[in-house]
Amino acid sequence: MWLNQFLVLGAVLFCIGVYGVLARRNGVMVLMSIELILNAVNINLVAFGAFHQTPAGQVFALFVIAVAAAEVGVGLALVLLIYRNRSSIDLESVDLLKG
Amino acid sequence: MLAAEAGAATSAGWFLENAWLFPAVPFVSFLLILFFGKKMPKKGAEVGIAALSIVFAAALAAGVQWIQHVNDAESAHSTEETHSTEETHAEEGATTEEGHSEEGATTEEESHDEGALAVGGGRSAVLGPVLAVPMAEEGEAHASVPPVVTEWISDWWTVGGIDFQVGTFVDGQAVMMLFVVGLISLLVHIYSTDYVHGDIRYTHFFAFLSLFTASMLLLVLANNLVMFITAWELVGVCSFSLIGHWWEEQNNSNAALKAFLTNRVGDMGLLIGMITLFFTAGGGRTFNIYDINVAAASGTVSQTALTVAALCLLAAVMSKSGQFFLHTWLPDAMAGPTPVSALIHAATMVVAGVYMIARLFPVFFEGMSIAGGSINAVALIGALTTMVGGSLAFVQRDIKKVLAYSTVSQLGYMVMALGVGAWTAAMFHLMTHAFFKACLFLGSGSVSHACNHSFDMKTDMGGLRKYMPKTHATFLVATLALAGFPLMSGFWSKDEILAGTGGFGLSEKANGNYQLMLVMGLITGGMTAAYMTRCYWLTFMGEWRGANSPNAHHGAHGHDDAHATAAAHGPAEHDTVAGGHVSGHDAHDAHDVHDAHGAHGGLPHESGPRITTPLIILAALAFVATFANIPGQFNFVPEGWRLRFEHYVEPKGEYFPTISHAEFSPIIAIISLIVAAVAAGAAVAYYRRAEAEDPMATELANGPTSKGGLPALGYKVLANKFYLDWLYTDVIVGFVKGPLARAANWFNQNVLDGIVNGTATVFKRTAGFTYTVLDQQVVDGVVRGSGIGASETGGLLRRMQNGRVQGYAALMFAAAAVLAGVFVLAV
Repeated sequence: MWLNQFLVLGAVLFCIGVYGVLARRNGVMVLMSIELILNAVNINLVAFGAFHQTPAGQVFALFVIAVAAAEVGVGLALVLLIYRNRSSIDLESVDLLKG
Repeated sequence: MLAAEAGAATSAGWFLENAWLFPAVPFVSFLLILFFGKKMPKKGAEVGIAALSIVFAAALAAGVQWIQHVNDAESAHSTEETHSTEETHAEEGATTEEGHSEEGATTEEESHDEGALAVGGGRSAVLGPVLAVPMAEEGEAHASVPPVVTEWISDWWTVGGIDFQVGTFVDGQAVMMLFVVGLISLLVHIYSTDYVHGDIRYTHFFAFLSLFTASMLLLVLANNLVMFITAWELVGVCSFSLIGHWWEEQNNSNAALKAFLTNRVGDMGLLIGMITLFFTAGGGRTFNIYDINVAAASGTVSQTALTVAALCLLAAVMSKSGQFFLHTWLPDAMAGPTPVSALIHAATMVVAGVYMIARLFPVFFEGMSIAGGSINAVALIGALTTMVGGSLAFVQRDIKKVLAYSTVSQLGYMVMALGVGAWTAAMFHLMTHAFFKACLFLGSGSVSHACNHSFDMKTDMGGLRKYMPKTHATFLVATLALAGFPLMSGFWSKDEILAGTGGFGLSEKANGNYQLMLVMGLITGGMTAAYMTRCYWLTFMGEWRGANSPNAHHGAHGHDDAHATAAAHGPAEHDTVAGGHVSGHDAHDAHDVHDAHGAHGGLPHESGPRITTPLIILAALAFVATFANIPGQFNFVPEGWRLRFEHYVEPKGEYFPTISHAEFSPIIAIISLIVAAVAAGAAVAYYRRAEAEDPMATELANGPTSKGGLPALGYKVLANKFYLDWLYTDVIVGFVKGPLARAANWFNQNVLDGIVNGTATVFKRTAGFTYTVLDQQVVDGVVRGSGIGASETGGLLRRMQNGRVQGYAALMFAAAAVLAGVFVLAV
């Protein structure tokens, strides 16, 4: 029915996001991909909330948006500091914790 | 009735109830002398003499009060015959739950053929028949006289619910001993101020005399066996210390050790006997002498237990009172100063064993079945001792050793008397013997003072009656008393013992029929007369031999400082003038020289007043003691004068067995008199012949012993003291030291060391195996293996830690996908 379409959209967005997180070398792009994943989840939450006739899904979605905003703030600050130190935001080169 | 008896109980007398003073006073004196004696003007002697004066005066007062106590008990008894006097005991706090049992009554009926007067009444209706008290032949009722028992400390300590107490137990026996110990100790103190004058350890000597007196008085007054053994050991320590007074010489310290160690043998017996009594007598678990005696006398204790206890205690008696085969220490103890010999080894300490039998008489009486018997261990040991001691006294040339063996012999008499049930005779002999033996010992010291400070009768004495009239007279009186001369105290006490044996039906009302004891006692009586005649003759008759003695004219003394100061004393202190100096042929000789007498030559002189006065007092007592126990049949003597000793000293009451009192037997008296007279006459005849041959001779030139054969063999056996010392030193100690020690060494080297070495080898091998296999391979393998494992795993895991965020994220997503797959498929 109509719930399927939202779930498929969420799944597609999630997969794109995961691909972006794993494949992109640019830190900012990775953060953006994380946003994609989160929004895929938001779509699912809102869709199920509507499907079940409950506002809980939308409330969760709002929380996720708020937390995602904070996360992006911290993440961009990290990327900014990495850039300042290394003049690059290539995540391939950020491997100081290599064992 | 209760009021009257309570009155009787409270009027027991201050000295009887406060008897703790007796040991306390000399003990305080001991401490004072020990700590302050050297700073005192008389070096501590005055403290000792003052303390002993107090003790003696108090002993006299206690004696008077005890007589009063007995009289009170009797008048209460005669006026209130129907009442049970036994209840007085209950008021004394003693255990009277069980009266005499049927057994007690049976023995009584067997041994007494007299009518019995039942004094039961009131609560004792059941006990009525068994409380029967026999009527004396004069019709005088024997009232029960309770001892005065006082507890100083009612719970000294408590172990396992048993209270150990400290207290005094005063009865006629104890009061008699207080008197004897107090008197002789006082006289010995006075004597010693002259005798050991200037000795290097003068103060120490007096301190130990005081401690000894305190210990002996404690022993006499002990009301339980724990106190008793404490005092028993204390007198042993004092004896050790005083025998070894001149310990610089090996002989003296050996003698002290010998006395101490021989006594240890017997002490083990005392300990075991005590413990046996603790568990069996007195309703179980008590050391209280009164309770034990009541239990033993009432027959409620098993015969076997009493026999075991009595035999163990007999071992203690044998060592302490010098009974045959543990007597060997006593003659050696003569190494001590002569006053010590008189005080400890003749008059007081050695009678501790005799006193112990007398104190626990019910245990021995029932345990040894003395009543109605004809032989028992106590009587046999006593009889053997008396003969052994008497025979050994013949071959001694040292006057003190003659007296020492005589002491052994007389102690044997006392033990024998107790063994045949003649309790009163034993105690009477104890007292008379204390007087005359102390007199003899002190006399021998006085003689030695005059004779080159030697005790050798053959080389240094002879003819002294001319030079020392006072010593001679007192020595003669004491010799007569010891030899059993009629009318002297020794005659009566010895005769009572012989009558007490009841042998051959010669005496009536004895406890049993001890024929062997009578024969041995008579033979010893003869030997005593003979060896004392020999001793007396060699010392006082004939001509003085000291001038030619090797001990004479030895010139300069090796005097120490004490002697140097003593030399400045006035002549009053030096009227005992000695011949030259020393030798070293006997242990004590060399040492009695420490008395501060100058090295004058010349003839012997009488000793000073501080020596002769005690001698005179003791000699007088050796005679006066006769009247203490006049036989009951002597009707010409007022009744109130007869058998006083028996009347006041012998315990009456349920803590004492019902014993029979042998009557004076004229036949035995005459026989013993004849035996003694013949023996003494033979000795006199022998020495008269010897004197006729040569005035200076001490024995017949060709006497019986010089001809070989049996007499010579007998002499050899006696001279070697029945080979007992040889047996102890060479055979027993030698075996232990020689073959046994070697065997033990071999065993040690081969067996024990083998076991030890073998064990060690086994352990070493095991340890090696453990090290190489278990430790090096297994344990270390595990340790190393785990290390390697961790390292390899770490190497593998390390590769995953590439530090890239996307790598980690990939893993996370992969894991999440797997998890999701699992959830989807499984749930």
